[in-house]
Amino acid sequence: MLRLALRMLLRDARAGELRVLALGLVLAVGGIASVAFFADRVRQALTREAHQVLGADVLMTADHAWTPEFRDEIARRGLSRAESMNFVSMARAGNETLLAAVKAVSPGYPLRGKLRIAPGLNVPDSDTDAVPPRGMVWLDERMMAALKVGQGDAIEVGRARFRVGAVLTLEPDRGVSFMNFAPRLMVRLEDLPATGLVQPGSRINYQLLAAGEREGIRQFEQWARARLGRGERIDSLENARPEVRAGLDRAQSFLGLTAMLAVVLSAVAIALGTRRYTQRHLDGYAVMRCMGASQSQLFALFTWEFLWLALAASFAGCVLGFGVQTLVAWWLAALIPGTLPPPGLSPVWQGAATGFVLLLGFALPPLLQLKEVPALRVIRRDVGPPRQGALAVYIMGLAAVFGLLLWHAGELNLASYVFGGFAAAFGLFAAIAYGALRLIGRFGRTGSVSWRYGLANLLRRPHANAVQIVAIAVGLTAILLLTTIRGDLLDAWRERLPPDAPDRFLVNIQPEQRQALSEFLERNGVERLQAFPMVRARLVAINGKPVGAEDYSEERAKRQIEREFNVTYLSALPADNKLTEGAWFGAGDLARGAVSIEHWIAERFGIRIGDTLEFLSAGRSFSAPVTSVRTLDWGSMRPNFFFITTPALLESFPASYIASFHAPAGDALLTLRLSQAFPNLTVIDVSVILRQLQFVMDQLIGAVQLVFLFALGAGVLVLYAALLATQDERTHEAAVMRALGASRAQVLAAQRAEFAVLGAIAGLLGSFGATAIGWTLATRVFQLDFIWDGWVWLAGPALGLACVVLNAWAGARAALGRPPIAALREAS
Amino acid sequence: MQDISLEVMPGEAVAIVGASGSGKSTLLGLLAGLDTPNSGQVQLDGADLFGLDEDGRAALRARLLGFVFQSFQLLPALNAVENVMLPLELAGEAGAADRAAKMLSRVGLGERLRHYPKTLSGGEQQRVALARAFVTQPKLLLADEPTGNLDAATGAGVIELMFEMNAEAHTTLVLVTHDEAIAGRCRRKIRLVAGRIDGEG
Repeated sequence: MLRLALRMLLRDARAGELRVLALGLVLAVGGIASVAFFADRVRQALTREAHQVLGADVLMTADHAWTPEFRDEIARRGLSRAESMNFVSMARAGNETLLAAVKAVSPGYPLRGKLRIAPGLNVPDSDTDAVPPRGMVWLDERMMAALKVGQGDAIEVGRARFRVGAVLTLEPDRGVSFMNFAPRLMVRLEDLPATGLVQPGSRINYQLLAAGEREGIRQFEQWARARLGRGERIDSLENARPEVRAGLDRAQSFLGLTAMLAVVLSAVAIALGTRRYTQRHLDGYAVMRCMGASQSQLFALFTWEFLWLALAASFAGCVLGFGVQTLVAWWLAALIPGTLPPPGLSPVWQGAATGFVLLLGFALPPLLQLKEVPALRVIRRDVGPPRQGALAVYIMGLAAVFGLLLWHAGELNLASYVFGGFAAAFGLFAAIAYGALRLIGRFGRTGSVSWRYGLANLLRRPHANAVQIVAIAVGLTAILLLTTIRGDLLDAWRERLPPDAPDRFLVNIQPEQRQALSEFLERNGVERLQAFPMVRARLVAINGKPVGAEDYSEERAKRQIEREFNVTYLSALPADNKLTEGAWFGAGDLARGAVSIEHWIAERFGIRIGDTLEFLSAGRSFSAPVTSVRTLDWGSMRPNFFFITTPALLESFPASYIASFHAPAGDALLTLRLSQAFPNLTVIDVSVILRQLQFVMDQLIGAVQLVFLFALGAGVLVLYAALLATQDERTHEAAVMRALGASRAQVLAAQRAEFAVLGAIAGLLGSFGATAIGWTLATRVFQLDFIWDGWVWLAGPALGLACVVLNAWAGARAALGRPPIAALREAS
Repeated sequence: MQDISLEVMPGEAVAIVGASGSGKSTLLGLLAGLDTPNSGQVQLDGADLFGLDEDGRAALRARLLGFVFQSFQLLPALNAVENVMLPLELAGEAGAADRAAKMLSRVGLGERLRHYPKTLSGGEQQRVALARAFVTQPKLLLADEPTGNLDAATGAGVIELMFEMNAEAHTTLVLVTHDEAIAGRCRRKIRLVAGRIDGEG
């Protein structure tokens, strides 16, 4: 049986019976495998890239020195290790003194990413693997400018004297943390004791860095987490750099979505292919029954044939997927620093499992139906085939698709949107297709013979034609989604970080400086300056009950509740913030006073709408009820606030301002001039980080585009399968028309009329579907602004018309190229 | 169908004739166990056909029957020799390829083993069907209008071949036709009118 099934498979394959089925499977498996391969490797590479912002794979921070236990464990596990100590201290050069953020580092720091240094201010910088040599310090640009020193000049830190070795232009792990306000002074760890600054009670931040291969790191992190004591924490990517996290998540969603699209489309192609396959094998099945094959024997035969097919297609798909991802990796090699980690084997299983589930989900029900085919069909043509296309038949297939979506998306939300979107589209498409066909039946009875005959053909098999319209529409939806709308979605993503996104933050602006500052910036070509008042306040009570570190078990909560929050007051909701609960300040709130709170903070401290919060700022307290909960956009590079109050509540408190702006290109000295003109201001330059983000985004988008090709291929295949679906019948009809004396021109015109209507309906539906799905994805899944695209509405019908007309031409030529009797005989 | 009573002896050749819609094909379907009657029975080589389940009837068909159809019913994805091999393969018999090739030579298609049905003429396709029917050495050959889709000259050639092979293999033949000339070549002729036997001769 196994061997016979294999022989039957080879025979069917040779005769071209399996083209659509096999291609559908190969594309599904290939798409899934390549996305999985690729996602696996790129995710690893990106994670590594993203780890630069920690300077390590694992970054451990404590307010006291780390015990040798942790250090030894890193060494014992064969991981690389570095250490740093951070504190704030005065630095002196000549007559100038300045509060510096001192970072003492061990050789090897940073373990991920590289420091960049320059020999002087405004001199090109370059990567370095070194740390400051003994007796030397590296200063950042602000510090060099403020202390008025250059390379080789002397500088005093504590009791020790150093020489300035270089300008430190980039620390990969510096981030945007507001803790890093003071300018940087970097020194070698061994030189630190000489300064005498490390005393019992000094506020020093001890960092332990570890890096190595993935599994070792994972195990070490697990080991270390279980042993963390008070004041010790492990920074992970999630809480270190939310803006990088957001980009990664979005890219993974895009990739996952692409894979899912390939799955759904391939499922449609496979469903169509199976339908055609079973229809073409009905007679063969009946003949074999006449030859004495039992139902169970035939069921086994076809099932095994399909299993062989799944095996072969899965193998081909995996090879294809591996090839494509190799190509992608090679293409990305220029973009991703270092070598990509090798791909694992899991994508092979993922791809193969997808192939088997899809094929069995869609092929088994029709195969089971084949059992119902009466053998009598071979002598009595009026004994029909079993009813096809009933929803029940495809429930297994639909379940299979949903299962796969869930598996590949890894989250219910996205999978549900995609599945629901396609299911709704199918239903709607089918309803509209039937409706349109009926409408044509009622009103489309005029015109030439060919036109009327063509339309009559449409109506003669409304079921098959509706299926065809839906399939073509789905194929077109995918193609449009992947061409036009995809571009729009990616543009919307890029829009999040436009080239003129704010790249400088100004902190500590005094109220009386605001006017002078904005004039200064305007003179220097800065167009938009956004400033927010900022009051530092501690949260001291919730609903009258005092709160403190002891009320919370989470380390971060403990830290936050003991510190001051930056609270701002505004009457309008910031553009990037979205309300998740409650309502923004109304007139009543503005008069009475109210607080709007960030979603995660609300969760962390157990704060709900209606709770009254009491804050303490500069010895005075204020309190107000919570009236709304917001989510922030960490990718926006704008100042974000956990707490926003109504203006009246805070206006009397001492406030400084925080502002962000985009520095005009080519003005490298603006930051320097700004610090000189307003010495009290802290200028935070995030342009490097921003560039890094934009770079990551660009390479992600490029990679996503490449993987989109798979889904596109699947979309085209659906079109092909849909057009094949009724080809046998059309060939037969063309022959009948010819036999009845119709001219070639008349046959062609009739088919063109039929296909023109089919194509136009399907094309419009495709445009509609692509727009609807694009909108849903943009607004619901990716949280992007949807950009309307008029071209879709032209491209859809045009594509629909083009492909069906082309098909009609090719199909009719096949039918017309031979004597009618040949076509009739074959179709009988 | 009503009042059908009929006995066919081994080696006999029986023609069932009648106009379109007279029930010829229905009777053939019942004889082969492809259809089930409301009442009545069919005995095939001593076995009660409708006392068996569908798979039992299938097994009986595999052992005893060969079929020739009006519309040939070759599998389009299989070439000539593969079509002839199919019943042997389904029965799990050895040497299918050799036996099929031999049988195709017997029907004069030894040179066209690898041709697909769509590249064969109607007469050639029906000869492949004959080879397929005889390759299992059936005891009973059921032929349903074997010349219905062929022109007169080709049809005559196919009929000639069928009777020759039938005689060589001593097969019992039940032939449904509306062609009196072909029916005349059978020893018995059963005429159906509106679902009843309307005489025998």
